[in-house]
Amino acid sequence: MDLVRDGIRKAFGLILAGDPQVMEIMWLSLRLSGLATLLSLVAGIPLGALLGLGQFPGRRVLLGLVNSGMGLPPVVVGLFVSIALWRSGPLGFLELLYTPWAIVLAQFVIALPVVAGLTAAALQQLDPRLPLQLLGLGASRVQALLRLLREARRSLLAAVMAGFGAVISEVGASMMVGGNLLHRTRLLTTATVLETTKGNFDVAIALSVILLALTFAVAMALTLVQQRGARR
Amino acid sequence: MPTARRPAPSLPVALLALLGSLLGCAGEAARGVLLATTTSVHDTGLLDSLLPAFERRCGCEVKSVAVGSGQALALAARGEADVVIAHAPELEERYVAAGELTDRRPLLSNDFVLVGPADDPAGIAGLGLAEAMRRLARGRVPFVSRADSSGTHLVELRLWRAAGARPRGDWYLESGQGMAATLRLASERGAYAITDRATFVTLAPSLALRIVLEGEPDLRNVYHVLRPDPRRHPRVNVEGGRALAGFLVSPEAQGLIAGFGRARFGAPLFRPAH
Repeated sequence: MDLVRDGIRKAFGLILAGDPQVMEIMWLSLRLSGLATLLSLVAGIPLGALLGLGQFPGRRVLLGLVNSGMGLPPVVVGLFVSIALWRSGPLGFLELLYTPWAIVLAQFVIALPVVAGLTAAALQQLDPRLPLQLLGLGASRVQALLRLLREARRSLLAAVMAGFGAVISEVGASMMVGGNLLHRTRLLTTATVLETTKGNFDVAIALSVILLALTFAVAMALTLVQQRGARR
Repeated sequence: MPTARRPAPSLPVALLALLGSLLGCAGEAARGVLLATTTSVHDTGLLDSLLPAFERRCGCEVKSVAVGSGQALALAARGEADVVIAHAPELEERYVAAGELTDRRPLLSNDFVLVGPADDPAGIAGLGLAEAMRRLARGRVPFVSRADSSGTHLVELRLWRAAGARPRGDWYLESGQGMAATLRLASERGAYAITDRATFVTLAPSLALRIVLEGEPDLRNVYHVLRPDPRRHPRVNVEGGRALAGFLVSPEAQGLIAGFGRARFGAPLFRPAH
């Protein structure tokens, strides 16, 4: 346990000293996962609304696919995104492999089903008469949808947290599509793997502690937003 | 009526801010040289001491992806890398013969060593290599194999074959991981393993392992640098790849290789090829 204690002490040392390498890795993790989560919201909320409120053939099958996608293994995503981004792959001309954008793309794919699935469930949780009432009061379909999303905002924030949690913590996809390149695609998770194999367990533990603290800080901030005006 | 929907604009604003901040680090995704390399030259820190000199000179960036020799060669043969460093001579020759890789040049060498627990429970210290492999195959003491088609793994398989031994059974552990992780596993399990000397020397202070067998001709470990055939792969960065490969075998880089590790370990980790 001395090792853990030393690691935690080292983590505080690195944070307090503002170690440039650790700070860089931390900001990169936060930025890439934050952007991937935001993009997954932009695509996932409309998709979730369609699957949760829409009526069209194949809706249940699609919803089932999205729900099973919540458990999409990051390494599988990493493999297929890698192949797509290869020079010989369909997206090869973009030259994105081993860049931060490749990580954003892979993490977006991982977070999308989480956000869409939870959005669909959140909207279905609402009173089913609400959409009809809103439309009856003369709201346009878009206005009605925005109103419904507002009603479901606490559940939607839970979807944000779940999506962000899934991508900030994954290592398999980022390692494969990013290549763990220093200054470019080395994240808290991939750096932790690297330091562990190198035998620098104290640094690995320090990075883990920083990752946990970062995840907690983001979740706490979102929770405060979520609980604003909530009944106790 | 939708009143006071304050939070709404914050999402696009945050999105734009993030996009902007990310553009800073992705703008550099311009044409660099992609180097697929075996783990040993990467994990020992050798590339970190070689590449900056090249990057300054050509004003470009080298992205080096550390994988086993098997994967590095496969990637380069598909044109997914511009240069490859590997230490799997037979496999390399097959790729060259098939016309998929070209311009194969020796880069550096060191040797493989057989490492095991300090008290040598299988009693193989001082034996010939083939006899030692046969004794290991009796299976009284565990042996950890990379099992990942890396150069080291291919050498290990060749040594079993040459000794007429079959590595099968509970004692034969297949890690499927890199050299460092495999050595750590061997250390924890009190097992034997085959490793390149450079990785072992680098990690030795944190391992409960020692060298039990070394110095046999079959344990020679030669690294080559190769390039994909540009005629087959139009998207390969031919110029950058040629420049990097040329730099690696140049007197300057070879001199850096000859001195690498001397300050930290008292002796160089690699021998330059030229």
